[in-house]
Amino acid sequence: MEQVQTISHAGISLAELKEKCIHAIFLFCGCVSIFTTIGIVLVLALEGAFFFQEVPLTEFLFGTEWTPLFFNKSFGILPLVCGTLLTSAVALCVALPLGLIIAIYLSEFASSRARSVLKPTMEVLAGIPTVVYGYFALLYVTPLLQKIFPELLGFNALSPGLVMGIMILPMVASLSEDAIYAVPGSLRQGAYALGAGKLQTIFGVILPAAFGGIAASFILAMSRAVGETMIVAIAAGQQPQLTLNVFEPVETMTAFIVQVSLGDTPHGTLAYRTIFAVGGALFVLTFLLNSLSLWIRGRYQERYTG
Amino acid sequence: MRHSVAHNLDIPMINTASSNKQSEQPQSQTSTPCIAVRDLNFYYGDTQALFDISLDIEAGLVTALIGPSGCGKSTFLRTINRMNDLIAGTRHEGEIVVSGHEIYGKKTDLVSLRKKVGMVFQRSNPFPKSIFENVAYGPKIHGTKNKSRLAEIVEKSLLRADLWHEVKDRLGDSALALSGGQQQRLCIARALAVDPEILLMDEPASALDPRSTAKIENLIAELRGDYTIVIVTHNMQQAGRVSDKTAFFCDGKLVEYGDTEAIFTKPQQQQTEDYIRGRFG
Repeated sequence: MEQVQTISHAGISLAELKEKCIHAIFLFCGCVSIFTTIGIVLVLALEGAFFFQEVPLTEFLFGTEWTPLFFNKSFGILPLVCGTLLTSAVALCVALPLGLIIAIYLSEFASSRARSVLKPTMEVLAGIPTVVYGYFALLYVTPLLQKIFPELLGFNALSPGLVMGIMILPMVASLSEDAIYAVPGSLRQGAYALGAGKLQTIFGVILPAAFGGIAASFILAMSRAVGETMIVAIAAGQQPQLTLNVFEPVETMTAFIVQVSLGDTPHGTLAYRTIFAVGGALFVLTFLLNSLSLWIRGRYQERYTG
Repeated sequence: MRHSVAHNLDIPMINTASSNKQSEQPQSQTSTPCIAVRDLNFYYGDTQALFDISLDIEAGLVTALIGPSGCGKSTFLRTINRMNDLIAGTRHEGEIVVSGHEIYGKKTDLVSLRKKVGMVFQRSNPFPKSIFENVAYGPKIHGTKNKSRLAEIVEKSLLRADLWHEVKDRLGDSALALSGGQQQRLCIARALAVDPEILLMDEPASALDPRSTAKIENLIAELRGDYTIVIVTHNMQQAGRVSDKTAFFCDGKLVEYGDTEAIFTKPQQQQTEDYIRGRFG
């Protein structure tokens, strides 16, 4: 009697132990990403704190000169932010209209055969390493553009911006298509039943209904463009300039980080610490964009369930 | 358009002349058919859904389509405004004449057909826009731009759909914030706003609670006479309450069609009687 009890008791505890182990393993895996994020934020904050002990925050945020690697150092991040936004804006000018048109075509017009060719092709586009895009911009797109605009410099914001637009195009198209696809078919039927034509249905009913998802995809694409590194590091040049002229070379925040990381800037110096300050600023920017995208999507879902 | 249909009917009447006056009288009383369906067959791909349907739906009356699930009554309803066109691989044989126009004819303009034949769906499907914009959408796409004219149409349509007094102070609010019954009446207002002659209703109350259902039924009674209404319903009592004529469909065939009272009290076909008495379906 007693023996049986002990065995059964031991069996239960073994199973319980197993359960607990599995639980712990899953918890650990889940925590890895959280701890990594916390670690990155901590490093950025700590190194950034050292940086801001020597450089006032106001100079960093509002200064218009960025020369941390020169003898005469200035730490105004605006030229880098400007370069980042400039190349991103060019990219968005390409990706948003084209991506939306592709999404509309795929969801409302394409035959199933056209879809079955187009969608995988787009996914291939998304799988190309960005360094390939970078060389493509520098060695092919820039010379091509120079034939059209002779005043275009070898490094410029236009060419990497355009190529970056192509790079984020699949993301915009695919996410926007998801949003359009999620619009209930009953709305289409309702519009057609009122005598609306196809374009009237798309622009009057479907796109407004999918607005939240489309806007979220746009902002996510922007975040992607802001964080993109290789294309701009290769093709945009390394000259931090406060300019809105896309024909001139610019340096983005990401490209600067690459420049310092790969260069011979000694560890622990102020110049070295700038990459943490710039990285922190970049992190805040993309974090805000991603949060905005999530918020828009959440609001939009509320509109449907409510 | 209506003249041509009336004209067609005139011919046999003239031919039969005075010899048959007794049977002639009721025919001319029960006005001209608004929808005339002849030998309609309908297919989803290889599957035939409707078999040799012929019936005349009379103007100004409420006609109920009843029958077990999958009997083709909704398919039939959707041929009248050609909503089935949206489904790939469908085709039809035979003809449907709406107000004198063969609607599957080559010259048929889908926009004007659907303007003339409004539709209300089983599940209310307001657009994610304001209440006002929902009702104004139809007139807008058909070219009404004048703001005060639009406001007039919206008010009139909402009044007609018995919703105005509940929403007049919040026309700018999202239509999705309305209750299910209100949303369905909004969809009716939206359909009325383009000034149709015919209103197709595909089980308009099946997703609603009894009170909202009663409101929809009252509304149908109020619209009767001004619009030709064709309503698909699963609910026998509802068909009895709201309709003048009833068509009983089974397995894609029209089994029996006649005055609602006659269908419900002394059906001619055994199948109809079995269904109405609840023996199947």
